Amino acid sequence: MSTFAFPPSIKSRPVYGTLEPQAGAAHMFIVDGEGANAVLDLAQRAPSMMQLAHIVYITRGTDFAAALKALNPAQFYQGPTYGAALPRIRRSLADAKMGLQVYLAGTEGLMGQAMNEAVIAGIPHTAIQTEHRGATARRMQCVHCKGITEDVETDPFVCSHCGLNLFVRDHYSRRIAAFQGVCIDAEDPGNVPVQKGIYE
Amino acid sequence: MTIQFNNESFRDDYSFYNSERAIKRFPFPFHEDSYMYSVNMEQHRGGPVDSVYEMRFDVDEHYVSEMRDRAMVLADDPLRCQSLPHMTLAGWDLLELIMVSKSEDYPDLFELHRDGNKWRWINKPLGIDHSFTFLDEATLPCGPMEYITRQAQGDFAVLDQRDDNLWMDAGMVTTQADWSLDFDIGMNFFEWHAPVPLAHEKGIFVRALKFLMNIQQGAPARRLNWTMTVNPLLDTSPENYHKWGIQKTELTPQNIGAKQHLRVELQTFFRLPRSNALVFPIRCYLCSFQDLMGVPKWGRRLHRVIRDLPEELATYKGFIDNRPMMLDYLKDFDDGLPTSPGIWPELDTEPPLTR
Repeated sequence: MSTFAFPPSIKSRPVYGTLEPQAGAAHMFIVDGEGANAVLDLAQRAPSMMQLAHIVYITRGTDFAAALKALNPAQFYQGPTYGAALPRIRRSLADAKMGLQVYLAGTEGLMGQAMNEAVIAGIPHTAIQTEHRGATARRMQCVHCKGITEDVETDPFVCSHCGLNLFVRDHYSRRIAAFQGVCIDAEDPGNVPVQKGIYE
Repeated sequence: MTIQFNNESFRDDYSFYNSERAIKRFPFPFHEDSYMYSVNMEQHRGGPVDSVYEMRFDVDEHYVSEMRDRAMVLADDPLRCQSLPHMTLAGWDLLELIMVSKSEDYPDLFELHRDGNKWRWINKPLGIDHSFTFLDEATLPCGPMEYITRQAQGDFAVLDQRDDNLWMDAGMVTTQADWSLDFDIGMNFFEWHAPVPLAHEKGIFVRALKFLMNIQQGAPARRLNWTMTVNPLLDTSPENYHKWGIQKTELTPQNIGAKQHLRVELQTFFRLPRSNALVFPIRCYLCSFQDLMGVPKWGRRLHRVIRDLPEELATYKGFIDNRPMMLDYLKDFDDGLPTSPGIWPELDTEPPLTR
């Protein structure tokens, strides 16, 4: 099981828990990659809730489809990327009734973006459960050009849109579902520290 | 009182300047010879004649040029002004507050004529004479918050109050000390202050939030905050940091007196009547070191404050690299004499610099 203990940080940085079964009229799971394991773990503890479950599984190079389907969820979807899954997620949230419980698991980028969709659909962010599994890569917004770079693993990194060298802040926007990247060599152009892993 | 408006720039050739009057009324932010965060709130109920505290929204010699600079920033980056959909009513509240305040406080510059919801607003310095229907957005060229804050100095954060917190849900932010409205919009009080060092641990934000949530209509509050800026650049935004950051390295012992500016924010807080939102104007005043040194008390005090400031704060405020050069300049204006308490210049009673 791949879980990661994020170091303590500033107050805008999201913190994640462990998915807990909730009483609900319906249960929507949006997970990517190893986030599937969080659903499998939860189903072991509360198998009956799967009759009311809609699982949206974004593979990210993993193969948990058979195991998830074996839980007999009411609805199951497997998609290649978050972008591909997004129209379905939006439609499902738009159709949701009072009493829906939302569970997010997997990478920070997936949880952040899906949470934003749920909030737009009217669910308070504090009512949404999250559990981090898998990669610790971050979804970063360049504060200068506003472009998003997905799956950033190093600090500093190069903005995939404007090419500036950005350092990785812990400051996080739920609305953008991204951390903030800021030019690292503005005061000394070209003096860019050696890249290292974000949590090294 | 007639104000002579400067024709000046806050970018490129930086022709910004402070008149003698502007220097004397500069809101020097240190009431003693040291500085640490505190919940330094007081009632915003006027102040000494001609001080920046006297009126609800201070209008000074920089007004016309600052509004021109704001229009340029917005043309380059419209995301500096945003309002989430539920904040439009708060925008009208703010428009009313500013129009009523300015027309009452500066009747020679601004006029507001109201007949029910039929309003006529005259802004003489900016050459505006506009009739519109209050609460009808279609009668304004843009949203009410944007309309009025294109005519008011300082940044404006409009905060929704719910769930025992304040939420940054609208704002006009073009003269900021390096924070991004576009990134922070929608955050609560603790989240948008998250990057500030030390203050969370000291409980500052918990107490400040409690104070702010209890501000009542007609009883605004205020405080001063400060940082340092090289060149009189109003738009020290993170968005443009890759362009202006390099200016911090252009200080020399020869130019520091003219180029290094103390940047002071007069922050005020008003409860808005219909929306129950809180508006948080953040008014920026700039003064060069050499102009500040003309006030002996401020020369002595600024040296002591900058010298003794904790490293985390000098780093957060972005001048840790330049601090040695600043101190080298400032020490010549500190003769070791005691200073009187309070922020005012006390030009008549404070002893001149002894060398």
